[in-house]
Amino acid sequence: MSCYKKIINRNFFFLIISLSLFLVNNNLFAQDGEALFKANCANCHKPDEDYTGPALKGWSARVPDKEWIYKWVANPAQVIASDAYAKSLFDKWKPTVMTAFPNLKKEEIDAIMKYVDNYKPAEKKDAAAGAAKDDSADNSLLYGILFLILAVVAFILLQVNSNLRKLTDDKEGVYRGEPVPFYRNKTYLMTGILILFALGGYYTINGAINLGRSRGYQPEQPIYYSHKVHAGTNQISCLYCHGGAQDSKHANIPSVNVCMNCHMSIKEYKGDPIVREDGKQVNGTEEIQKLYKYAGWNPETRQYNPDNNKDGIPDGASPIEWVKIHNLPDHVYFNHSQHVKVGKVQCQTCHGNIQEMPEVYQFSDLSMGWCINCHRESKVDFFNTSTGEGNKFYSIYEKFHKDLKDKKMDSVTVEKIGGTECQKCHY
Amino acid sequence: MSNKKYWQSFGELNHTDAFKQTSANEFKEDLLPVEEISNEGLVLNKTPRRDFLKYLGFSTAAAAIAASCEIPVRKSIPYLNKPENVTPGIANYYASTYINGGDAISVVVKQRDGRPIKVEGNERSTITNGGTSAQAQASVLDLYDTTRLRHPLQKDGSVFKEVSSFEAIDNMVRKALDGVGSKPLFLLTPTINSPSSIEIINEFIAQYPAGSKHIQYDSVSYSGMLLANEACYQKKHIPSYQFDKAKTIVSLGADFLGTWLSPVEFSSQYAVNRKISDKTPTLSKHIQFESILSLTGSNADDRYTHRPSETGAIALALLAKLGGSVSAPAITDAHLAKGIEKAAVELRKTPGESLVVCGSNDVNIQIIVNAINETIGANGKTINHDISLNYRKAIDAEMESLISAVVSGNAGALLIYGCNPVYDYKEGKKLAEAIAKLPLSISFNGTLDETSEQCKYIIPNHHWLESWGDAEPKTNSFSLIQPLINPLFKTRAYQTSLLKWKKQSVSENARSSDRDSSSNRKPANVEGVVGDYEAYVRQYWIKKLGGDESLWNKALQDGVVDFPVSSTTTVYNPSPLSEASSKAASIKGGATEIVLYQKVSIGNGSQANNPWLQELPDPISKVTWDNYAMVSPTLAKTLIGIDVVNNQRQADAYEVTPEKPVINISLNGKSVELPVLIIPGLDNSTIGIALGYGRSSADANQSLDRVGKSATGAGKNAYPLVGFDGTGYSYSSVVTVSKTSKLYPLAQTQVHGFYENRPVIYETNLSSYLKDPKALLEEPRKEKDILLADGKKDYVKDGTMYPDHEKPGIKWGMSIDLNTCTGCSACVVACTAENNVSVVGKIQVQKAHEMHWLRIDRYFTGDPKNPDVVFQPMLCQHCDNAPCENVCPVAATNHSSEGLNQMTYNRCIGTRYCANNCPYKVRRFNWLDFTGSDSFSNNQEPLRGTELNESVFQMNEELTRMVLNPDVTVRSRGVIEKCSFCVQRLQESKLEAKKQQNPALVRNVKTACMQACPTNAISFGNVNDKESEVSKARSNENRNFYVLEQLHVLPNVSYLAKIRNTDRHVGALEEHAEGHAEGH
Repeated sequence: MSCYKKIINRNFFFLIISLSLFLVNNNLFAQDGEALFKANCANCHKPDEDYTGPALKGWSARVPDKEWIYKWVANPAQVIASDAYAKSLFDKWKPTVMTAFPNLKKEEIDAIMKYVDNYKPAEKKDAAAGAAKDDSADNSLLYGILFLILAVVAFILLQVNSNLRKLTDDKEGVYRGEPVPFYRNKTYLMTGILILFALGGYYTINGAINLGRSRGYQPEQPIYYSHKVHAGTNQISCLYCHGGAQDSKHANIPSVNVCMNCHMSIKEYKGDPIVREDGKQVNGTEEIQKLYKYAGWNPETRQYNPDNNKDGIPDGASPIEWVKIHNLPDHVYFNHSQHVKVGKVQCQTCHGNIQEMPEVYQFSDLSMGWCINCHRESKVDFFNTSTGEGNKFYSIYEKFHKDLKDKKMDSVTVEKIGGTECQKCHY
Repeated sequence: MSNKKYWQSFGELNHTDAFKQTSANEFKEDLLPVEEISNEGLVLNKTPRRDFLKYLGFSTAAAAIAASCEIPVRKSIPYLNKPENVTPGIANYYASTYINGGDAISVVVKQRDGRPIKVEGNERSTITNGGTSAQAQASVLDLYDTTRLRHPLQKDGSVFKEVSSFEAIDNMVRKALDGVGSKPLFLLTPTINSPSSIEIINEFIAQYPAGSKHIQYDSVSYSGMLLANEACYQKKHIPSYQFDKAKTIVSLGADFLGTWLSPVEFSSQYAVNRKISDKTPTLSKHIQFESILSLTGSNADDRYTHRPSETGAIALALLAKLGGSVSAPAITDAHLAKGIEKAAVELRKTPGESLVVCGSNDVNIQIIVNAINETIGANGKTINHDISLNYRKAIDAEMESLISAVVSGNAGALLIYGCNPVYDYKEGKKLAEAIAKLPLSISFNGTLDETSEQCKYIIPNHHWLESWGDAEPKTNSFSLIQPLINPLFKTRAYQTSLLKWKKQSVSENARSSDRDSSSNRKPANVEGVVGDYEAYVRQYWIKKLGGDESLWNKALQDGVVDFPVSSTTTVYNPSPLSEASSKAASIKGGATEIVLYQKVSIGNGSQANNPWLQELPDPISKVTWDNYAMVSPTLAKTLIGIDVVNNQRQADAYEVTPEKPVINISLNGKSVELPVLIIPGLDNSTIGIALGYGRSSADANQSLDRVGKSATGAGKNAYPLVGFDGTGYSYSSVVTVSKTSKLYPLAQTQVHGFYENRPVIYETNLSSYLKDPKALLEEPRKEKDILLADGKKDYVKDGTMYPDHEKPGIKWGMSIDLNTCTGCSACVVACTAENNVSVVGKIQVQKAHEMHWLRIDRYFTGDPKNPDVVFQPMLCQHCDNAPCENVCPVAATNHSSEGLNQMTYNRCIGTRYCANNCPYKVRRFNWLDFTGSDSFSNNQEPLRGTELNESVFQMNEELTRMVLNPDVTVRSRGVIEKCSFCVQRLQESKLEAKKQQNPALVRNVKTACMQACPTNAISFGNVNDKESEVSKARSNENRNFYVLEQLHVLPNVSYLAKIRNTDRHVGALEEHAEGHAEGH
C-alpha cells in the first residue's frame, strides 16, 4: 500500500513538473512579445484601440503582406515613399510619423504581433486579491479574540482554583486569611503592570522607530497624474519617463517636454473613469489642460506660446512643482542605476504596483532594515566562469569562484560582496 | 644634544616637559564641556543629579517637540525643458583654464546639476600634465564668494549706486571717455596672456591720444629676468625651463616648486628625475641657495643659507668657479663658500644637463645667471629661448611711469582690470588718493576691493568659471576657457566692455554681424550671459584653426591646442656682463634684512578671501590665517631674547602658547608689526615675510563686506616693504627692527599630532642606498620579527589574536612617494573641496580643532641650524587591524570587505575613543556645528566672534554652500570624521565597471589628492590587481614601508622612503647608530 502511494506520489510529482514547465514555457513566449511591445511600441500604440498610432490588433488583415510589416518597422519613411497603403496610413496620422526600429529582429516583430493578436483586456483581479487580504486581517482578529477568551478562561480558572483551595483548606482546618480581592492581589497587579510595560514599551519604541518614516504617504499633487492610466492601461515603459533610473542616482521626474511628446496629440482623456481614493471622480481632460498651462502650449493653435520676454521659454510656462514622495535622509546614498541596471531590480519591487496606483503613494517604508533585508536575500548576477554568463565584473572574486566550484556556497548574495557594509550607503 | 632624529618643534627636539605633557593629551580640552558650567567637576558637584535631570527633561521634551512636528513637504521640480546633456545626479566635465593674473593652468571642471564644484588638472595639457596647485583647486570657491559684486556700480560722492543696466553704464562711460580730451588713457592689467584679449586691448588703446598705454603690472614682478634676457638675448621674455632634462639643478632663491613662475609645470618636470625605482636607481641633484626656508629649499638635496644681499656675490662666485672671467667678491662664510664650490663641481659633471635658476628681480644678478647658464651649456638644452613663458610680462619702470602720470594728474583716464595696486603697490595709499582725483577711473574687478573702492565706475568681470576666453601660457601652447555656469550675477567680460566702448568703425560693424550669426547658433538670453567677447573669441579661434568650426569644438572639448614652434638660434650677447657684475658685487648688506616671499596658499593676495586657502597650513611653518616674521633661532635670540634651542624654559614658554612676541620692521619710514615665528634653517640675519595678507578697505568698517570675512584680519600687509632700485622692485631690503611689548596669537597646526617617539619616516642618501638598498628598512623589519614568536611566519595572520579580514574582490590601497612629494599642499585643498571638509577658523585652529582629513606633516632632521626637511602626507591609513575600530562602543567605525576603514556619521555618538586610540592622529572631531547643518538654524550665532570666526559663517552662506559636493554627507556637531579614500569616487568607479561589465575600469579611479598632485607622488588602486598603479608602486620593495607597521595595525597606505642625493648622512641609519650609542 505504502509502496503504491510512493509511486503515485512520484508520478504525480513528475506530472506536475512537466505540466508547469509546459505552462511556463508558453508563458515565457507570450511574455517575450509583451515585454517587447511594452518596451518599444506601447508609448504610441495600443493593441485594441487607436492611440498616438493606430490599434494594432487585426493588423494582418490590413497590411498588404507579411513582409511589409518588417520593412515598415525597420524604416517607415522609406515605405511611405513607395507604398500606397503606407501613404494612406501616413495621411491619416499626420503629422506623426512612426519611429524607425531598425534593430528589431524579424522574430521579435513576430512575437510582438502574436502578442497583439492574442491580447485580451486585463481581467479584474482586484476582488480576489482583496479577499485574500481580508483573510489575513480576519486571522489576526481571530487570534486576538481567542487570546482574550483564553485569558478570561484562565483568569476564571485561577479564581476557581483559589476558591477551591480555600474550601479544602477550610475543610482540613488550615487557616488562611480572608481572600484578597483580585484587584489588590499583588501577583495580578504585577502581572498587569508587566504586561502594560511590555506593550507600552513595544508601541513607544515602534512609534519612535517609525518617526520620520512615511510609508503610505500620498500627497496631493499639482496635477492629478495617474500612473494607472499611463503605466497600467497604456503600458508606457517606466524608463520612458524616468530614464534617469538606468543612468543616474536619481530616477528623475520627467521634464515637461517629455510629457508633451505624447500630449501634443493626446488632448483629452477617454478611458475608464479615474476615481480618487475619496470616491470623487477626476476629469482627466481637465488635468491635461493643466499640463498645457505649465508647458505654455496652446491646444487651439497647437503651438507653444511666443517667447516675448526672451527668456528662452514660452510665456506663461513654468515647471511643475511636484511633491516629493520618496524622501531618503541626507546621510543615505541611493543610486537607482545601481539597482535597475546592475541589480536588474524591477521598479515594482520597491515602489509597489505602480501601474495600478491612480496616484502614487510610498509603498515601502524605505527603512534601513528593509534595505538590509533585501541585500541579504538578493543574489547578484554573479559571473559564471564555465558558461561565461553573468556580470563579468565579478570575475575578480576568485575566492567565491573557488567556493562555488567546491560547493561551499551555492550563490553569491549582495551581502557577500559587501552590500550590508556601512559605507556602501553612508558617506 | 638631540636624541630625536625627526622633530616638528623645538620642544620635541629637546624633549621638554611641556612637550611631554601636550603629547600625552590627545585633546587639548581636559574636561567635558558640561563641566564648564560648574568648576568642580561632575562627581564633586553639589547638584549633578538635578542638572542631569534638567538636561534629560529638556532633551526629551525637545526631541518630542521636534519629532511631533509634521514632516516637511519637499518639492521636486523637474526642468521645463531638460537640456539634452544634463541628467540630474550625473556630473559633467568641461575643459577650461584657471586664470589668476598671469597664472594659467589648464583644468577640467566637474559640474554637477549645473554647478561647478571641483577643479581637476587637464591631463591633455603638455604643460601641467594634469597637475594643479592649491590656488587652482580652491578657486572654485571664489565663484561663490559673497563679496562678488552683483551688478555694475557708479560712485556718487562716497556711496556706490547700482546701475540698472549695462546700456546705462555704457552710455555714462562712453560720454566720460569722450570727455577725456588730450590727456592719455591708461589700461592697467596684470600680465595678459590671452591672445584675443591682447588684440582687443590694442585696438581699444589705439583710438586714444598719444601716450595712452596698456600697462601690465605684476604684484610680484619678474621684470629683472625680462630685462636681463633682453640684454643678453635681444628677447624681452622669460624662456621655457626644462627641469625634466636637468640632472643638476642649482637654484639661487627661486622657489620653483612653490611659487616661482609656473610651479605646477616645474613640479611635474622636476619629479621626472626625482622618481627612483628599484630598477633605475638614479636621481637628479638639486642644490638650493636661499635666505629663508622655502618649499623648494626644503626639497633640495643640499641647501645653503646666505643673506639676501649676498645673492649677487654668490652668483658671481659660482660663475667664477665655473670659469667665467669675472672677479667675485670674497665669500666670508666658509660653509657657503664650500657650497658654491660644490655646486660648481656638480654643474660641471653634467654638461648640457644642468640648470641654474634665480629668484631675484635684480636685472644684474639675472644677467650673471644667464652667463652661468651659457657657461654650463644650458641654453638650448634645459633652457629653450624659442618658447617664452608668458606668465609674467610686466616691466616695473612702466608701472612707475604710470604712477607718476596718475599722481601728477597727467592721466586722463585709468581703467583697471584684474589687479589691485592700491593694496599691492608699495605706495598704495598715495595711489589711492591719486586715483580718487582722476577725472575718470573704471574698475573691472569682480569685488569692491581696495582699488575698485577708489574708482568711479565698476563693471564687474565674470569669474573665470563664467567666462569665455583663451590663454597662451607658453608660446604656441594655448589653453581655452569656456563657461561652466551662466553668470551668477550681472557681470560682464571686460573685453566686451572694451569692444562696446570702441568708437564705431568699419571693423566694428563687421564684428557685430558676426555676433548676430552667433546668436542664431545659440540664443542670447539675458544681457551679459552671452556677450560680445564670446563671439569675438569664437571668430578669432575659428580663423586661427583654419576656418573649421568642428576644430574649434574639438579644441574646446580638449581645452588645449598646441601648434608647432619653429626653432631659431638664439645669440648670446656677453657684453652686459661686466657692468652687471660690478653692480652686483657692490650690493650692500645690513645687520638685518628681509625677504618678501609668497606662500603656496595665499600667493599675492588676490585669493585672500578664500577660506580654504587661508586655513591651509603653510607647508613650512604650519601656520594658518596669518603672516608673520619668520626668523632663525639665532636671530630670535638677538631680536626678542628667546633661545629656543638651548633654553628649555624659554622654548616651552614660546612654543606652547600661541601668543608670539611682536616686532616692528621698518623701511623708509614705513613699518609693519608682525609676530615672530622661529623656524630653523633660515639665514641668521634674515627675516622672511609673506606677501598677500592684511587686506583691508579704506574704511575698516566696510572690510567684512567688501574685502571679505576671511581676508579681513588675516595678517598684515607687507607690500609697503617692497623697495625700488631704479629699474625693478626689490623683494629684499635692509631694514631696522625693534621689539614691541605686544603679543599676537598664531594658529599653528604643526604640533597637533604626535607619534609618541615612534619612528614614522625612513630616509637615506643615494650612495648608502646604492651600496645596500635593503639596509634602509632594516629597523622596521627587525621590529616586526619581534612580534612573530615561536617561528611563526605570516606577519599578517600570526601577529595578532584577531581574525584576518577577507578581501575577496577589491582591496583598496594607496602608495605615497616621499621622494616626489614636494609638500605643495594642492592635495589638501583638493581633499577639502571633494569631501566638504569644514573651515573652522583661526580661533578653532588654535584649539587644535582643524578638520583637514589629509595633512602634510613637516619634519626637520639633522643639524638644527640648517636642517633637512621631510614632508609626509598623513591621512587615515585604513588599517586592516585598526585600533580605532575595536574601541568604538557603537560600531560606528568598522572595516569593509574592500579594506576601507568606514566611518558612519549617523551612528557616531562622539565618545572620541577612536581618535584617542589612533596612532596616526588622523581622526577629526566636530567640536562645534561648523557647517550649520543641524536642525536648529541659528545655533552658531551665540558663538560668533568668541568661538567661531566670521569665516565659518562665510562658508555657511546659501551662495557659498553651492560648492558642496552633493555625494558627500555634510557632517554635524559631535561626530568624528576622517579620510574615506574618497569612497564616493570608488563606488562610482565600481558602478561604472559593473555597468560596463569590465573590472579593469576600476583602475581609472583617482582619489582627489592623487588627482591634484602635480608630481604624481600618490598612487592608488586595487592591491589585489597586480596591474594597478598602487601594486606597481609597491613593487619598489626596497623603499616600500608602512608607517608604524611594527604595531601590527596593517595599514593600507604605504610610503616609499625618501632618498636624498647628497654625501651627508641623513635619515634613520644614523639615528640607529646614535640610538644604540646612547643606550636606547
